[in-house]
Amino acid sequence: MPANGPHNPAPRPAGERELMSESDVARTVARMAHQIIEKTALDTASSEHPVILIGIPTRGAPLAARLAERITEFSGVRVPVGALDITLYRDDLRGKPHRPLERTSIPIGGVDGSTVILVDDVLYSGRTVRAALDALRDLGRPRSVQLAVLVDRGHRELPLRADYVGKNIPTARSETVSVRLSEYDGADAVMLGAQEGPAQGAQAPDGAALDGDGEARR
Amino acid sequence: MKHLLSIGDLTRDSALDLLDEADRFKAALLGREVRKLPTLRGRTVMTVFFENSTRTRASFEVAGKWMSADVINVSASTSSVRKGESLRDTAATLHAIGADALIVRHPSSGAPRQVARWTAEMAPDGVAPAVINAGDGTHEHPTQALLDALTLRDRLGGFEGRRVGIVGDIVHSRVARSNALLLTMLGAEVVLIAPPTLMPLGADGWGVTVAHDLDSELPGLDAVMMLRVQAERMRGGFFPSAREYAIRYGLNETRRRMLPEQAVILHPGPMLRGMEIGYSVADSPQAAPLQQVANGVHVRMAVLFRLLVGEQADA
Repeated sequence: MPANGPHNPAPRPAGERELMSESDVARTVARMAHQIIEKTALDTASSEHPVILIGIPTRGAPLAARLAERITEFSGVRVPVGALDITLYRDDLRGKPHRPLERTSIPIGGVDGSTVILVDDVLYSGRTVRAALDALRDLGRPRSVQLAVLVDRGHRELPLRADYVGKNIPTARSETVSVRLSEYDGADAVMLGAQEGPAQGAQAPDGAALDGDGEARR
Repeated sequence: MKHLLSIGDLTRDSALDLLDEADRFKAALLGREVRKLPTLRGRTVMTVFFENSTRTRASFEVAGKWMSADVINVSASTSSVRKGESLRDTAATLHAIGADALIVRHPSSGAPRQVARWTAEMAPDGVAPAVINAGDGTHEHPTQALLDALTLRDRLGGFEGRRVGIVGDIVHSRVARSNALLLTMLGAEVVLIAPPTLMPLGADGWGVTVAHDLDSELPGLDAVMMLRVQAERMRGGFFPSAREYAIRYGLNETRRRMLPEQAVILHPGPMLRGMEIGYSVADSPQAAPLQQVANGVHVRMAVLFRLLVGEQADA
C-alpha cells in the first residue's frame, strides 16, 4: 500500500518548489504518448513486434498506464502494460534499509520479440534502468528496449540516455526531485527540494547516488 | 530482524509481511525461463543439518540458489561432528569460513539459539551470521509454520475465524508448536487433537483448544493439519500399535468425508500413508502437501531476503 493514499496527500515540506503542475504533467504525458506513437508507428500496429509499456514501480507503473491510455486515445491501438520490480536486481541492497518487493506483472505472451518501453518517473544515476535491463533479460528477449522518463535530472553514473523525456531538469546533487502522482500522493506535481540529512533515495555516503525511483519513494 | 529462531521473533505484522513477500517471490518467478535472481550474489549460506531431512534442506538450498547465493550443505553424518567435534566448535568453524547465514537443524531444542549466541560472541565487529532455525528438537520449526500459513491463506483466503485442527504426535512436534503460535497470532482458532499420551503437558495454556476425539472435531474444521508420528523421538510406548493409531487418529477416506467440502488437508511430510493419512486422502484435491512444498521455497526466499539484505547496522 502506498504510504499516502489519494485521500491523504503528502504534506509539502518547507523549501520545496513546484517544477511541474498537474496540468504540466498531463500535457507532458500526452506529448510523450505522441512521440511514442511516432517513433514506434510500424511496431504499434504490428502483432509480430508488439509495443509493450513496462513501468518501474512505484511511480513508473501508473505513468506507464497513463501513457498507454493516451496512446490508445490518440492512435486507437491498445498497448499492453506491465510492471517490473527491480528491487531484487539492485546493486545497492547491502547496507540499505530493507525494501519490500513490489508487484511484477508482465503481459500475457511475454516480452520475446516485442518493443519494450521501460517507463520511470525520474532518471538520475541510471542504476535503476541498469537493474531493469538485467531483470528484463531474465524474462525474455525483447526485439528492442526503449526508455521513457517523466523527468531527467542528469548526474548519470552509467552510459544511458532516455528515448523519451518529459522534461529535462538540471539539478545539483544536493537537490531532490520528487514526482507526485494522484495514484499515490493525492495530486500530480513535480517538486524540487533541498536534501536534508541522509534523505531516503538520495545520495549515498560513498558518493553513489540512487536512482530517481528511490528518490520519489517516500 | 537478525535471526529467525522462533515464531516468537515475529509480530503479527512482520509475519504477514513475510507471507506477502513470499507471494511476491512466487509472482516474480512465475513463468520465468531463468529462475535465478542476482539478489544474494556473493553471499554464502550454509545449511547445517544434524538430523536427516530432504525437503527442508533442499527447499533452503533451492531458495538460496534461486537468489544466487553460494549454498553449502553440511550434514552431521559426513562432518567432523562424527569425530566428536562440539556444536560450539562447528559453529565457530563455519563462522570463520565466512558464512553469512547458518540454517541449523538439530535434535536438541534451543541449539540454533545457542549457535546465534556463540557466533555473536565470536564477532567483535558485530557482523555475525544470521541463524535460521530449521527445526530444533521438539521446540520449533518457524519456516514450516510460515509455509503452512501461506498454504492456508492461499486455500482459505485468510485466518480470521478459521478453525484449524492439528492432529497427532503433538508432544514431539516442533511443527505443531510453531503452527499453534503463528496461527493463533494471525487470528485463527487452533484445536490440538491427539491421544492424551501424545498431548504435551500445559498445551491448554498455548491459547488453543485441546481435544482427544478426532471424529467429533472434523465437521467444524476449515483445515486439518496431520502430523508425522515421530518414532525416532519416542522413548517408550505412546500408543499400543500403529494399527490402533491409524484407527483412532488416521485421516482415512471416511473421515475425509466428515470434513466440510472446502476444508484443506495439510501434512508437513514425510507422510506415513496408511497410518497417519489414507492413500487416497493424500492424493485428494483437498490435500495440499505439494503446494506446501512449493510454498516452502518462496517462504524461505522471503526469509533469506529479509535476513541477508538490508542494513548491517541491525546485525
